[in-house]
Formats: sequence, C-alpha cells, structure tokens
Amino acid sequence: MNGQNNINTEVAPLLNAQNLLCERGERVLFANLSLSLYAHQALHVRGVNGSGKTSLLRILCGLLPAVEGEIYWCGRDVRHCQHEYRAQLAYVGHKSGIKAELTAQENLRTAQMLLAHAPACSPTDALDRLGLANVINLPCGLLSAGQQQRVALARLLVSGARVWILDEPFTALDQNIVALVSALIVEHVQAGGAVMLTSHQVVALPGIELNYFTLN
Amino acid sequence: MVEASHKLYVKKAVPASAWRACLQVLRRDLLLSLRRRSEFSNPLFFYVIVVSLFPLAISPAPKTLQMIAPGVIWVAALLATLLALEHLFRSDYDDGSLEQLVLSPHPLAALVFAKVVAHWLVTGLPLLLLTPMLAMFLHLSAQQTSILLLTLFLGTPTLSLLGAVGAALTVGLRNRGLLLALLILPLYIPVLIFAVASVVNAGVGVVVTGQLAVLGALCVLALCLTPVTTAAALKVTLT
Repeated sequence: MNGQNNINTEVAPLLNAQNLLCERGERVLFANLSLSLYAHQALHVRGVNGSGKTSLLRILCGLLPAVEGEIYWCGRDVRHCQHEYRAQLAYVGHKSGIKAELTAQENLRTAQMLLAHAPACSPTDALDRLGLANVINLPCGLLSAGQQQRVALARLLVSGARVWILDEPFTALDQNIVALVSALIVEHVQAGGAVMLTSHQVVALPGIELNYFTLN
Repeated sequence: MVEASHKLYVKKAVPASAWRACLQVLRRDLLLSLRRRSEFSNPLFFYVIVVSLFPLAISPAPKTLQMIAPGVIWVAALLATLLALEHLFRSDYDDGSLEQLVLSPHPLAALVFAKVVAHWLVTGLPLLLLTPMLAMFLHLSAQQTSILLLTLFLGTPTLSLLGAVGAALTVGLRNRGLLLALLILPLYIPVLIFAVASVVNAGVGVVVTGQLAVLGALCVLALCLTPVTTAAALKVTLT
C-alpha cells in the first residue's frame, strides 16, 4: 500500500506506525493502518476529503491519540522516547501557529526556543530563504495568507528537525513559492530527512522519488 | 547548501534548557499583552468600576463601607480574574500556537506554568497595585489594607493557577465563559473565605497568621498540582 524508497528498504524506518485505528465521533476513519517513513523519503498521503489525512498526521505527531495501534520512532515506542521524537519532529498544520501581533522574526524566535537543540539556521536566514526578507519586522497580522504560511514553513528550517509533517503546506502559496518550498523539501530529503505531506495539488519534487500512500 | 544542512543531522542534538524555553514563552506572552492591551485592561476596569459602584449603591457612610470592603474587593478581584482567564489559552488555541507548545520536546507543564506567570503579571499584579486606591475609597484602615494586599498577593496566584485548569478544559468550547465559571468558582471559595476572614479579623484586632498560612498553603498546593493538571487538560482539549 505504501510506497517505499528502494534505496532504504533494508534499513529501519525512522517512523513506523502499526495497526492504527482512528475514530472521529462515532465514525471509524481508518483501521489497521500501517505505514513506514524512511530517511531520504518523501511520502504524499492522498485521499478524498474526510478520509482522515489530517487525523493521520495528527496521530503521528502525537496530537491525537490513536484508539488502537502503536507508533515507533527509530524502532522504539514513541511513548517511551517522547523527548527524542519531538526533538526531531516539525509539524505545520492547518493552523499556522503564527501570532498576528508578533513580527515574523519574533514568531520564529519563539519557535526556536521551543526546540530541544541548537537551531539549524537563524530566523533571519530562514525567512530570507522563503523570500520574506523585506517583511521580517512587520507584525504577521499585516501579512497575506500566503506570507503567513511561509512564516510557518520557515519554522521547519529553524527547527532542524529530521521529520517534517506537513498538512497542506502549499495552501495559499503562489506558483513560484510552491516551487521554492518543493525545492526545500527536496533538499531536506536529500540531506537525510523525511517528509510526509498532504496536498490537493500535484506535488512535483524534482530530483527525488515521491512515494504515495492512499487512504480510502 | 545540501552539504550544510546535512551537517545538522550529524551534529548531536544539544538539549537547550527547558528553563530558557519557559523564559521565552513568558517573554512572548508579555510582549503579546503589550500589543493587545484591551485584553488585560478590561478586567482591571471591571474591577475598579464594580468596587467604586458599591459606595453609590449602598451607602457612603464610612462605617458601612469599612464593613463590606473586604468582601466587595475580594469578590470583584475574583470575578475580574475569572474574566481575564478566558483569554489565557484562547488565542493560542485559535491560531495553532498551542499545538506547537504541545509538540515541543520540553515539558508542557513548565511551559504552561510560564504562561500562567505571564498572565498573573499582567492581570493579578496590576489588580494588586490598584487595590490601595480602592481600599482608600472604602475607608479601610492602613493595617487592614496591608493585610488585604497580603491576601491578594497570596490569593490571586492561586486563582490564576486554578483557573488555568478550567481555561484549558474549556478553551475548545463555544460557551466557555459560563462553563469556566461553573467549573472554577467552587474551587475559588476556600480562597475567598480565608482571604476575607483575615481582612475582617485584622479590622477587629484578631491575629490572622493562621488564615494567611492557609492561603499560603493553598497557593503552594496550586503551584505544585495545577501545572501538570493544566497540561493534561490541554492535551485532552486538542484531540
């Protein structure tokens, strides 16, 4: 069901979920779901609206408890290594996590302090890479939806996390920025990271193989 | 660039201290309060207005005012705290910052504690600073005023800490204001009783160290138990 990068099938997955069962309200969204995410892998989770893509990502992050099933980080149950797991995880969801009253730089500084390790790159550099150098000192409430989404994505660069979990990362971004963000994903995957994302757009990641996981 | 970022994964993760993360949360929340002043100034206005209406409504006679003052001031302070608490996690919940706090590798209880401290600094502390003026309106003696300030100093942190649990449980709901009051007010009653009793007793010259000790104990108990409870409540709210 899930695509696996042929280079990595013999190595242990970074993230491994076994027999997940998710219920929202009284409805079972998915049952017996197992998937693995390897280093050097980009995984696109697909499915129709309401098929549980967001729930799956939230379960993997630990924001939503799975009714059944286990999640393993580097072979260890995440419940026993939460600190290590969270230190290597960056999540950008539907809610940006950006404070409208703070500037982009102040927002990223908070994100940086919440990390468990030294930041991978400075907030200024991260914003610069996402083309936000000219609005760095504006309150985020004044930025457009696309610019706010870019500030949220800049958090990934600052975090230095190994696993990126992205829920609709391309929302509100224009074509050039989609290409820019795709390039960042490719770079991250090539450097040994792993990315799991959902998107309703066609995701083009030049240079790496994109794997698919379909929820039905 | 690829090489540069590759190095990051080789570099061993050096744990930055949770302490610094808490300080950053504290600083961020204080900065936010500064940028949206109405959110924390409204409960303070409420406090001043409610207390200053009593002399008009009941009687301007110093004796009557002196008698009702401890109760009036404490009830107004309690309701003002409750009013302010609604905002403790709300914007964080709405904009997704709460998810990021929960996902941080640092202990959530510590980060939550930092938020409550920031909240107390912008609501409880100004309330404390306004109180001498209001005590003067109500003809409280200097000695009673000092005891009143002491009870507020010991009591308002307890109110904020206890209220944080309720705020965390109700932040995702629509009718959160009423529910928060219903959940939290019963827990506030011991604080109210001991605080008012000590101010009243101070007025008639009875030793109040016992009541103050109970207030202090409640504060310490809340300090120990509520951050963990609030963190657990927030995790439940986010699911």
